[in-house]
Amino acid sequence: MVQLRLGPVTVGGVVLDNHLLLAAGILGTTGSSLARMLSLGAGGVVTKSIGPHPKDGHAGPCLVVLEDGLLNAMGLPNPSKEFADEITSLAKKPVIASIFGGDPAEFALVASWFKDRVAGFELNLSCPHAEGYGAAIGTDPALVKSCTHAVSVTGVPTWVKLTPNVTDITEIGKAAEAGGASALVAINTLKAMRISTGMRRPVLGNRYGGLSGSAMFPVAVRCVYELYESCNIPIIGCGGIATADNVIEMMMAGASAVEIGSAVYNEVKVFEIIKADLYRKEGLPSTEIIGCAHG
Amino acid sequence: MDDNLPVPVSILRVKKETSLIHTFVVDRSFAFSPGQFVMVWVPGVDEIPMALSSENTITVQKAGDATSAMFNLGKGDKLGIRGPFGNGFAKGEKLLAIAGGVGAAPLLPLARADCVMTLLLGARTENELLFVDQLDECTDVLIATDDGSLGLHGFVTSLMDDLNLGIYDRIAVCGPEMMMRAVLARVEEKGIAHKTEFSLHRYMKCGLGVCGSCCIDPSGLRVCRDGPVFSGDLLLKSEFGHYMRDASGRKKPL
Repeated sequence: MVQLRLGPVTVGGVVLDNHLLLAAGILGTTGSSLARMLSLGAGGVVTKSIGPHPKDGHAGPCLVVLEDGLLNAMGLPNPSKEFADEITSLAKKPVIASIFGGDPAEFALVASWFKDRVAGFELNLSCPHAEGYGAAIGTDPALVKSCTHAVSVTGVPTWVKLTPNVTDITEIGKAAEAGGASALVAINTLKAMRISTGMRRPVLGNRYGGLSGSAMFPVAVRCVYELYESCNIPIIGCGGIATADNVIEMMMAGASAVEIGSAVYNEVKVFEIIKADLYRKEGLPSTEIIGCAHG
Repeated sequence: MDDNLPVPVSILRVKKETSLIHTFVVDRSFAFSPGQFVMVWVPGVDEIPMALSSENTITVQKAGDATSAMFNLGKGDKLGIRGPFGNGFAKGEKLLAIAGGVGAAPLLPLARADCVMTLLLGARTENELLFVDQLDECTDVLIATDDGSLGLHGFVTSLMDDLNLGIYDRIAVCGPEMMMRAVLARVEEKGIAHKTEFSLHRYMKCGLGVCGSCCIDPSGLRVCRDGPVFSGDLLLKSEFGHYMRDASGRKKPL
């Protein structure tokens, strides 16, 4: 297997401890949980998505385990502005605040609460199961551009997380780039559903949800590959990554770093495990690998 | 991973334990360790964590929307069950169990496993004491009620003062958090917090250790996956007894 040499890692304006980030929505609700994941080897952490108002999220069931993935509809539960207190103790750590809003003004408002406390922003323009937020905005290139601009003007590195639930993801990627994004994060979950045959109803409280985990890794690789061909800012690959070889494959598709989420279900120490496999002193510099499957 | 969708179960009967606590007997059995919990799906309402009081019974206190909806269900109605989840109580040979209110639910299967020498059972009043007869059959039960209507007039912590705690190798505790915090203060004084275990209740969304809604400060440990049972020494300097978080993640004082 290809292995990497671990040198300094800066992606989309954010200095990371390694190439592996904790994905948004996973163990990111509290400062102490984020600190724990950093201590367990994450090179950076993305917080739970924070919005303009506190939200309780959807009624349960909110998450079920499938054979090769997870299906969830949390409904963007978040404490809103109070979250600033959670991350006070993480100043100067590689913490990226995931934020969402219903329009550019709301994005700007939420960003203003955190801009002096975080290393970067990740715009959630991609949650597939929250009415009026996420993918409801992230499928419209004009809105993606204006929401991205509303945050990128803060000068804080601004990553934009994209939804795969579109015909052409590169159109959305280009809109984010035009709005001043410093990096693209691809991808959020695939809109999905399971029905409990015994109960004769959709198994999630919200009926619709998002599929993550190994089942959608090939979709994520394809999206990263397409974005690398058409955009000129770094890409952070996300979707079903569970092994060091998955990381290498995602980098070959064009990712400069990766986010890991669902794999935490099987093993909370997944970052340490992947790091041990991914890095060695005699490994290749990441620049030799990133995008090497193109051309 | 295997597909792990909620298992549909039918309610066989509902037993009224107290005015606010009912036991739902269902038509499926779940292998579990005492202290583990299940996520119970009340269709069309919500899904919430609950203790198993035996392999085919869930004992529930009416508290919020989902439990109130459950109290309207009867024979033949369906629920969905995910789990059992969590770690359960550690094994011991000479256990002291301390239960407050509906906290007796996860301690009944522990007592039935024949390792509990003594069980301290507390409630506000005689009518709210849970599982008195069932517990009497399998262990030595000492009772305290806040109003003195049965047993000692006072809290379960007062019952502790009359015991030689040194004879027990483990202490298992489940009840309202303020009561558990008082127990923790007692065992800390006696230097035995490390052999005392507490079953925590926190708001949970996923039950699988993924979403992070039940993480406790300052360790960041997940109540649903790393708990719900935690050693007392781990809880000494923690949020336990001080605050918890609501569904949105905002801190709420106890």
